[in-house]
Amino acid sequence: MRDITVVRQFGEVVLAIAIAPLFVGWIAQCRAWMQNRSAPLLRQTYRMLRKLFDKDAAMAATASPLFRTTPYILFGTMVLAAAIIPSLATDLPFAHAADAIALIGLFATARVFLSLAAMDIGTAFGTMGARREMMVGFLAEPALLMVLFNAFLLYGSTALPSLVDGYRAHPTVIDPSAIFAAVAFVMVLLAENARIPIDNPATHLELTMIHEAALLEYSARHLALLEWASGLKLFNYACIGFALFLPWGIATNGADSGTALLISIAALLAKLVVAGAALALVESLSAKLRIFRAPEFLAMAFLLAVLGLLVHLLLGTKLA
Amino acid sequence: MTAHAYTVPILNLLAACLLLISFAMLSRRRTQRLVTLFAWQGTILFLSTCLVAYSSGLREIYYSAALTLLLKVIGLPLILHRLIYRLGAQWDSETVVNIPLTMLVGLVLVIFAFGLAQPISMMATTITRNTLGIALAVILLSFLMMITRRKAVTQVIGFLAMENGLFFAATSATYGMPMVVELGIALDLLVGVFILGLFFFQIREQFESLDLSNLESLKED
Amino acid sequence: MLQSLLLLVGLWVFFGIVGLPTRRDSRLVARVLFPLGALVSLIFAVLAGSFLISGQAPQGMILPLGLPDLPFHLRLDALSAFFLLVLGLVSAGISIFSAGYFRAGKGTAPGLMGLQYHVFLASMAIVILADDAYLFMVAWETMALSSYFLVTSEHRIPEIRRAGFLYLLMAHVGAICILLSFGVLQGGSWQFTFGAMRGASLTPFWATTAFVLALLGFGAKAGLVPLHVWLPEAHPAAPSPVSAMMSGLMLKTAVYGMLRVSFDLLHVRFWQWGVLVLALGLFSALYGAIFAAVQADMKRLLAFSSIENIGIIFTGIGLSIVFETCNMHLFAALALSAALIHSLNHALFKSLLFLTTGSVLHATSHRSLGKLGGLIRRMPWVASFALVGTLAIAGLPPLNGFVSEWLLLQSFLFTPEIPHAFANMFIPLGAAVLALTAALAAYVMMKFYGIVFLGQPREDSLAEAHDANWLERLGLAWLALGCILIGVAPQIALRPAASVTDKLLGHSVNTSSIWRIAPISPQQASYSGMVLLAGIVGVVGIAFLLVRLIAHGRMRRVPPWDCGYQWQTSRMQDTAEGFGQPIRHIFATFFHMERDLPSPSDTSPQYRIYIEDRVWRAIYLPIARTTQKVADLVGGLQGGRLSIYLLYSFFTLIVLLVFVL
Repeated sequence: MRDITVVRQFGEVVLAIAIAPLFVGWIAQCRAWMQNRSAPLLRQTYRMLRKLFDKDAAMAATASPLFRTTPYILFGTMVLAAAIIPSLATDLPFAHAADAIALIGLFATARVFLSLAAMDIGTAFGTMGARREMMVGFLAEPALLMVLFNAFLLYGSTALPSLVDGYRAHPTVIDPSAIFAAVAFVMVLLAENARIPIDNPATHLELTMIHEAALLEYSARHLALLEWASGLKLFNYACIGFALFLPWGIATNGADSGTALLISIAALLAKLVVAGAALALVESLSAKLRIFRAPEFLAMAFLLAVLGLLVHLLLGTKLA
Repeated sequence: MTAHAYTVPILNLLAACLLLISFAMLSRRRTQRLVTLFAWQGTILFLSTCLVAYSSGLREIYYSAALTLLLKVIGLPLILHRLIYRLGAQWDSETVVNIPLTMLVGLVLVIFAFGLAQPISMMATTITRNTLGIALAVILLSFLMMITRRKAVTQVIGFLAMENGLFFAATSATYGMPMVVELGIALDLLVGVFILGLFFFQIREQFESLDLSNLESLKED
Repeated sequence: MLQSLLLLVGLWVFFGIVGLPTRRDSRLVARVLFPLGALVSLIFAVLAGSFLISGQAPQGMILPLGLPDLPFHLRLDALSAFFLLVLGLVSAGISIFSAGYFRAGKGTAPGLMGLQYHVFLASMAIVILADDAYLFMVAWETMALSSYFLVTSEHRIPEIRRAGFLYLLMAHVGAICILLSFGVLQGGSWQFTFGAMRGASLTPFWATTAFVLALLGFGAKAGLVPLHVWLPEAHPAAPSPVSAMMSGLMLKTAVYGMLRVSFDLLHVRFWQWGVLVLALGLFSALYGAIFAAVQADMKRLLAFSSIENIGIIFTGIGLSIVFETCNMHLFAALALSAALIHSLNHALFKSLLFLTTGSVLHATSHRSLGKLGGLIRRMPWVASFALVGTLAIAGLPPLNGFVSEWLLLQSFLFTPEIPHAFANMFIPLGAAVLALTAALAAYVMMKFYGIVFLGQPREDSLAEAHDANWLERLGLAWLALGCILIGVAPQIALRPAASVTDKLLGHSVNTSSIWRIAPISPQQASYSGMVLLAGIVGVVGIAFLLVRLIAHGRMRRVPPWDCGYQWQTSRMQDTAEGFGQPIRHIFATFFHMERDLPSPSDTSPQYRIYIEDRVWRAIYLPIARTTQKVADLVGGLQGGRLSIYLLYSFFTLIVLLVFVL
């Protein structure tokens, strides 16, 4: 029993690492289709990573050890987050290491390290990227916390496995607060993962970029790790979203059979395909905002989450 | 009770959407978008009224739903669009509104409304009683929108949205007002919009703009 | 136990006096007395900790000192033991650092400095141990005075004298409020021992008066907005170890006093009090974070960050009062534990950071962020310890700052169940404010660390910066170790906090597991810093090995990418002002800002920005003006002629005679 959960944990992490670039590639493909461009191959992201791993690293002469270790730390935190989030099954050995609030903290750690590394070289763009990345971060965190508040009010927990179980116990509830929270969550996801309308992952236009400005000094294997880590971050956010709002197919406690596992993998893939397409649609439909409109965007997300909370207090009944 | 098993959650959802649209109105700067949002608000009002009619089995409410559809979803938005087109105000937008701050104030108003409505809804007996707080919040938010904006057309939309809130309050607390009253209000609204439309032409001719801050210059010193 | 603690306090004073005759020679003071003081601190912490863990009954003691009929009462219970533990643990680090730091200079002689330092330490311990209002106030005033002398140790600089004056003024305003509060608390018995106050029964009105007075008094000491104005002036003025002591420890005595009055001396509480404290705390937290973000002086930045952290602690206290009055005792214990642990955490990381600013100041003699930069290459030791402090204060897992913030957020989750309309909807929004504050704190600390230690040196003179000496490193390492240990194994702090809440509230959170903390239940929420740290380290190690095995480790050093502009200099990096610009933009309403912008045609462009606290203009200046006016009126009595003065005395005599006879 114990061995099985360890194997499953390991399998889940490996799967997450393996398909995170695929997910990014899928979104890029969908975006290209929607914008009438010829789409890159799905394996393009993997090719990119391979090319980067093959190259010789060019390291700025003034770089400190902090700069060199940051890609590994970022990758490490994202892999660890993937181990904690119940994307396939809920009874994971790592699952109780952090609840959803602690996961936000973990992502914040990653962000701070990236920003510190961006400031390390001492070029104007790196610092600008660091500053903006942190700004988006501090605006997004209250909104995300309110989303989790909603989930807590519905199911009495902030631990993701308990939330999944709670949802499975009451599957047919249409609660307005859950819908509000879901929209707020998607907005936060867009902001936190450097997507349109806050940031554009596909551009290197100096004055508008946020995330890419922070990565500007990295090359080769370090860049590969960072790209992989940001892919993993997007994947992790998607999986948190699934656990909070669409936990269908996740193998819950006691479901130990192979079929349950197969179902959960199929469900995850199906959800990722749909979510990727939906993200691409949202990104294609919206225009990038000016940087100082970002507070408005995230204030909207915050407001939605709080409205969900209030509406729940007024109308809802506690389930768990 | 089984018939209500789904009506109450759906009604709650519609009520929440109504609130959401009120906030969307607060956050939009473009006048034309506001008209679209107003039409959506009417649609949701229509749906919720139908639902209330269905679950309570009162035929009168179907009439008022039909009235809502005709007037608030089709009639008034059309008139407003034409008005905006004739006034040449398609691209009008508010310039100085601190959106996040307005939203925060709006949030406080919502909490205030919900807190006030809680004891009242305890006394009401209708299935829709919980939504009274939302109706109150919609009224207050429309008021806030009228206070923070300066363009003339926006004022009218705020006024109409406030009426929507009142209508929703009436359906949620007492299954609607008597038919005569409702017809009277509908007529009033229609006439009110026409009169205000005439006013706008006068204002524009006088000041060559629809910015109501110009009216301040009428004050005698 | 109490006797040995008193003996240790006596030893501190003794060390201070021994060093006094040495005058200008700093060797004895620095190499012997400060390390000995640190050792005493350590023993102090061990004693307090063992008292707390063993869960002994409170110990009382009456000293035959003081005025006749008014002997000093002392008492050691769980609450005081917790704060003594904080005092001992943190002062050990600061004293060791001071051993390497203080040297003869322009300011106060090292011997005198040693005396003031140790008296300051001893008075804080006595404040915490006191069991009657009389001894409490004596120790409180000693603490204020000794720290005043420490703040003004470089008294030849006018700004420092001004900062010292402001500090002394606020300290006394606060002390008056505390004194009045004790006066109300005795409830007509005219017994000023805390034991009598516990037994006194107050009407709700007088209880509220006592509580508000205590909140004003202790709030002024702790730096709650709007009573915070002295803090950003006094902290930068003081030498760094003193700033560390003041910010890390002295502010905690105010927290202690607040807890003592509200949870021990007052036997009734009302939920409105909790809301008041909560609102003040949240506002201070946000205010501190926003103002910290726009500072250009590294010690001022840290001072504002102290306001923020005190705000977080008071938020926890307020929440605890609210829960407690609504009979939600378990959640009250959770919130109070969060406040207590945050007190310990803040003491650790804030002193750590203030001490690193001391090292930077010694190495570069610059305090302004705009003149620093790139010190990670010159001062690797200090930079690594500062990194630990930065990550901890930014509230990032797996370090200690996150633990207390997490606990506080967990307790916020239960606020919708508060049975008061409006309160159950407004208070949950406090969690959002807290999250915003925590994220802003991360921004602020990024700015601090990034501009001081990362990037390129902004001045040529920084090339000669040297790392800290071994005693300083030892002190820093001790504090950094505390930050890491509490983060990785939060039980170290949670268990003592739980025994305090057990005594004060009768409830404590679940502390059964060693591996993780799950304050209510593991199904509800759990957190394990240990697993997180092990996980990150493990994955980083494996990833590194895999990258090296499968790919390669080839690397060449190149000049940084200049984006095609070859004339970049280190002055083109973001300045402190530049880094704070988004905050200035988003929270513009908070500031009173004056800016001189250069015009495009200026040949030697100048940019100047002046940011002022709105509180200063709105509250303090009117008060100061009114006081001045009243003083002028009263000054009119001073005619300068002898016969007039005699006339005053004569009238007084007549009036007295009329009334008395």
